[in-house]
Amino acid sequence: MIELASDKQKETFVLNMGPQHPATHGVLRVKLVMDGEYIVEAEPVLGYIHRMHEKMGENRNWAQFMPNTGRLDYLGALSYNHGYAAAVERAAGIEVPERAEYIRVLTVELNRISSHLLWMGAYLLDLGGFTPLLYAFDDREKILDMLERVTGSRLTYCYFRFGGLYNDVDEQFIGEVKAFVARMRSRLPMYHTLVTKNVILMERLKGIGIIDADMCRRYGVTGPVARGSGINFDVRKNEPYSVYPEFDFDVPVYSEGDSMARYMVRMDEIEQSLRIVEQAVNRLPEGPVMAEKVPKVLKPPKGDYYHAVEAARGSFGVRVVSDGTNTPYRLKLRSPTFSNLSLLAEVARGVTVADAVAFMGSLDLVIPEIDR
Amino acid sequence: MNPEIVRVLGYIVAIIAFVALNAAMLVWMERKVAGHIQRRIGPKEVGPFGLLQSFADGIKLMTKQLIVPEGADVPLFKVAPMLVMIPAVMCFVTIPFSEQLAARNINVGLLLIFAIASINVFALLLGGWASHNKYAVISAARAVSQNVAYEIPMLITAITVVMFTGTMNLNEIVMGQAGGFWHWNILPIAKNIGMVVLMPVSFLIFFICSMAETNRAPFDLGEAESELVAGFHTEYSGMGFGLFFLGEYANVFIGCSLAVILFLGGWQCPFGLFPGVHWFLLKVYFLIFVVMWARWTFPRTTFYGLLNLSWKILIPVSLFNLVLTGAFIKVF
Repeated sequence: MIELASDKQKETFVLNMGPQHPATHGVLRVKLVMDGEYIVEAEPVLGYIHRMHEKMGENRNWAQFMPNTGRLDYLGALSYNHGYAAAVERAAGIEVPERAEYIRVLTVELNRISSHLLWMGAYLLDLGGFTPLLYAFDDREKILDMLERVTGSRLTYCYFRFGGLYNDVDEQFIGEVKAFVARMRSRLPMYHTLVTKNVILMERLKGIGIIDADMCRRYGVTGPVARGSGINFDVRKNEPYSVYPEFDFDVPVYSEGDSMARYMVRMDEIEQSLRIVEQAVNRLPEGPVMAEKVPKVLKPPKGDYYHAVEAARGSFGVRVVSDGTNTPYRLKLRSPTFSNLSLLAEVARGVTVADAVAFMGSLDLVIPEIDR
Repeated sequence: MNPEIVRVLGYIVAIIAFVALNAAMLVWMERKVAGHIQRRIGPKEVGPFGLLQSFADGIKLMTKQLIVPEGADVPLFKVAPMLVMIPAVMCFVTIPFSEQLAARNINVGLLLIFAIASINVFALLLGGWASHNKYAVISAARAVSQNVAYEIPMLITAITVVMFTGTMNLNEIVMGQAGGFWHWNILPIAKNIGMVVLMPVSFLIFFICSMAETNRAPFDLGEAESELVAGFHTEYSGMGFGLFFLGEYANVFIGCSLAVILFLGGWQCPFGLFPGVHWFLLKVYFLIFVVMWARWTFPRTTFYGLLNLSWKILIPVSLFNLVLTGAFIKVF
């Protein structure tokens, strides 16, 4: 704030971007101190959609919090289901049947693809390209239809249960997934020729919003943003959980640290997720999808438990503290975009509004997940 | 009544009716083109093929209240939308739709169009400034520097055409291109073989500049909605916004019809048969389609990228083009 006083001589002005602004994708407010087109200072103001999810978790029993997880990151809800279910399973010592774990991975990866597709469309919208959104939604729609059949909902999934799943998948789902993998593989080159190789897009993304690896570590940045800055960190590989070790997939890492690198990481991740989905479908074991001995009223033993999963936007961690009763004593959610957004103040300093929008979009923000 | 006054009144009514109808049809066309590019079908409910959609929108806009924001400069705020429309309508005076169909056959028609069309930028500046809105002010500043930057290469290429045709009378420019596409200024094989290389370059520069001048995507930085919400018309509601919208489409039409007149033979038929207003409209609407196609295909450039394109590429290239044109006219 002391800097501001001196800046006044340069005739700066304050621009409130949001909470209602097309580029903030929700109710994020960014307070910008501007010098003409250039940003002198950017301050994200949070809390417009704060819903006290953590406190809600502490006031209801373990199972009742499950629907909330789908409302944190509504674009990649299944990863959040997975994170919470896995944390509670770790606390209560519940073994999940193998088939259930395979279906979890399968659906989470499908969800990741749909999340990245939506991000791609919305990001191009930020950059002024209207059309890719409609094409991305066309593919995303296929995923939503498939997931709707097995989970019962299209967006805010609540599919996982402690010890397994609410519903088994059927033959039709398997067939649809196989068809989708083939279709998506043929669509990806189209996206690359139409969007990635566009001259204007390259000019807008290359060298814009550079984050180095050190900065990522300082802010606790994870996910595609960190992997775009050369940090080879993916919870699925580094702290393997579920049945991920059984799958053969790569973690795309780019070292440029600019918006283009983050774009490429996500596009490559779609490809890798397709590989996982294909393997999961082909090797899907037979068996139950629900553990047999899960008590109706769950009372995990006293203790402090943490479980992290790789969500579409980074590492999502759930810390549960149990005091042995039927409600969590403390529930702490570590959401990836909260850390990713905190980069904004540092990166946006000295860039133009257009570049700040290009940078902010490349972080893939989902506001309810930041505010919780 | 004096027949001259009747004639003038007739032209005014006809031109304004054409501008309004044309804008309505272009909005419909834009939505249909966008729809089909985006794998949708666009408007289809109001009238056959949704043709009456724009009229429904127009009625809606006209019945809405024009809200003047607090702190706005009221007279300027209200004048700005009109100031967008007036030069747009005035430009139509000189445009020859066909040999007979032109309001005024003026000897310096080309000059007049450029003179009048540059008033347009004042309207954007005033509208942005008077709105008392930071987004609008940034957008107005962008629009002005963009217009200044793109007026220069546009004028330089216009000069190359004038050097080649030897007249600024739009009617005569078109008459000079009679008799098949090999006579057109874009590929003047029949007239000057040297210019065959240069004229397509001129056309390209002219077309890009006219897209930038009319604030069309991918150069629509004045109204870049992901950065500046709606730019200079953020605060306008109802017909205030409607006039900005109409003006934009009128300007697109003028830009494309100038390109057609200067380079694509105006109302002349590509094969020298049945010249007339239908050829002129066909060519203009084709160019407008290209403009829309570009809008729905490309992402937006950045402001500095846009200025760099003009100052570092288009202006030097067009100057070089001008010098070469002079030399080629002398040599061939």
